[in-house]
Amino acid sequence: MNWGVAIPLIIFLCSLFFFGIYATKYLKHGPDFLQEYFLGGRNLGGLLLAMTMVATYGSASSFIGGPGIAYNMGLGWVLLSMSQVVTGYFTLAILGKKFAIISRKTKAVTLNDFLRERYQSKWVVILSSICIVVFLFASMSAQWIGGGRLLESFMGLSYQSALLIFTLSVLIFVVIGGFRAVAITDTVLGMIMLIGTIIILVGTIIAGGGVPNIMEKLTAENPNLITPFGADGSLTPLYVSSFWILVGVGVVGLPQIAVRAMSYKNSKAMHTAMIIGTLVTGAIMLGMHLTGVFARAVLPGIEVGDTVMPQLTLTILPSWLAGIVLAAPIAAVISTVNALLLLVSSSLVKDIYINYINNNATDQFIKRLTLSVTAIIGILVYIVSIEPPDLLIWLNLFAFGGLEAAFIWPIIMGLYWKKGNAYGALASMIAGVGSYIIIDRLFPDLLGMHPVVVPVFLSFIIYVVVSLFTQYKNPTQQQQIIEKFWYVSK
Amino acid sequence: MEQKKLDPRYKVANREALIGVGIALVNFFIWYSFAYGLGSKPVEEYQFILGLPSWFFYSCVLGFLMITVIVWLVVKFLFSDVPFEEEEQ
Repeated sequence: MNWGVAIPLIIFLCSLFFFGIYATKYLKHGPDFLQEYFLGGRNLGGLLLAMTMVATYGSASSFIGGPGIAYNMGLGWVLLSMSQVVTGYFTLAILGKKFAIISRKTKAVTLNDFLRERYQSKWVVILSSICIVVFLFASMSAQWIGGGRLLESFMGLSYQSALLIFTLSVLIFVVIGGFRAVAITDTVLGMIMLIGTIIILVGTIIAGGGVPNIMEKLTAENPNLITPFGADGSLTPLYVSSFWILVGVGVVGLPQIAVRAMSYKNSKAMHTAMIIGTLVTGAIMLGMHLTGVFARAVLPGIEVGDTVMPQLTLTILPSWLAGIVLAAPIAAVISTVNALLLLVSSSLVKDIYINYINNNATDQFIKRLTLSVTAIIGILVYIVSIEPPDLLIWLNLFAFGGLEAAFIWPIIMGLYWKKGNAYGALASMIAGVGSYIIIDRLFPDLLGMHPVVVPVFLSFIIYVVVSLFTQYKNPTQQQQIIEKFWYVSK
Repeated sequence: MEQKKLDPRYKVANREALIGVGIALVNFFIWYSFAYGLGSKPVEEYQFILGLPSWFFYSCVLGFLMITVIVWLVVKFLFSDVPFEEEEQ
């Protein structure tokens, strides 16, 4: 084991316990257990809100996968990754105050609570719960595997014991502390991600003898590396721009992000979070991907993209500093996993069990059920991650785009369009996910854009058309929904 | 029959959501026009700022900082404080 690297990582994992346990002290006093556990009592301030959004969104791919591709593609991939700056402000601006107001009016704690109140349809909630549980379980497991592999390679443990350490360090604070523990640890994790990014970027520039020198080396190797078009010229403006849907504006539709837009205390928190969120997201994305490109001048000839960042860190930094930098991707993984874990658990407990199976459960029972379901899901993910089945890997490929295609319109149109109804929402979810999987499998190069683009447009059209065609089906119910959502008593 | 009126806070909310779309459009425009406007030239004609090709510097470094400043200004001057808790009237 490389102790120089391992010690900062061990300190890091231990301090997570501390912050997680610290957060649990709020839980005991919360008057409404579910709202406290799944939403932190709707009490997040600006910094916590920004950091939990950034950290939940930033995953292993921002620190390992993305920079690895940038290493091979050049500055064009950094350009592409910068479409993610939009996530820093867009989700909060779009869902914004309306989501915050409506979720208070309807006492919504989960995304499904919102959908249930808005569409008054069992099928919308069930379909949405299935999407959340299936897709998020798969992506959680993928992150879990990534976390295990990272610990394995940094600390020289076996994959199995790395996975176990990873599981324990995530599970304990999430299960005990709920959303508030997640938000507080996310803030710490986000800082680590930011600091790690700055250290490795500066370190790489120094190791490469300054930016002009690095650019000169890259141009000498292949001038395309410093154009927006990618090393092989394959990054067309249209293709790169289409990522604005996948990793930019479409992020509004990700349940783990959207639910955070219910969790803040007041307008001021949202305003502050938009500024901090934009700055931190941009700094991390720019810093990490740029480092990936610069790494090519410092350490040429790395074959496997995913090994670029670990190798670079261990080569150019003293080991204690490397430990801090390598904590960043682990922080990214943990902060994504903790959010997904809580979301899957809330779907099962609140959206399915309390809504449709037993809505008379006592508080004490709900509390115990919630803690055990969260723990069981965590343990299940751990078990399947030991030897992940192919189906899981396959589902994970669709999770990100699939969730966006499913949820973006039922959420946005539900908030802003009075005529949107359950039929439109159901049809749009089915069409979105279905067409995404079909296009991704059969026509991945459709119109030269990322396969998520067409499904997002298609599900919009279907939402509108179906809602209009069925608008006279349940006029009284629709009227009640509109009054509840849009009107206040005089 | 209870008298009802449109929630006055939604006017603010709708306006701010549109502003959000506006910022995203501006963001896209800055990002796209600098990247492909300056970056489509042959590499020999590239100019460099702080060692980075100018298309990249303007689009990804300066553009990012500009957007952060725009978000800050918009939030400070155009977004308003609305109470979230249900007002008892």
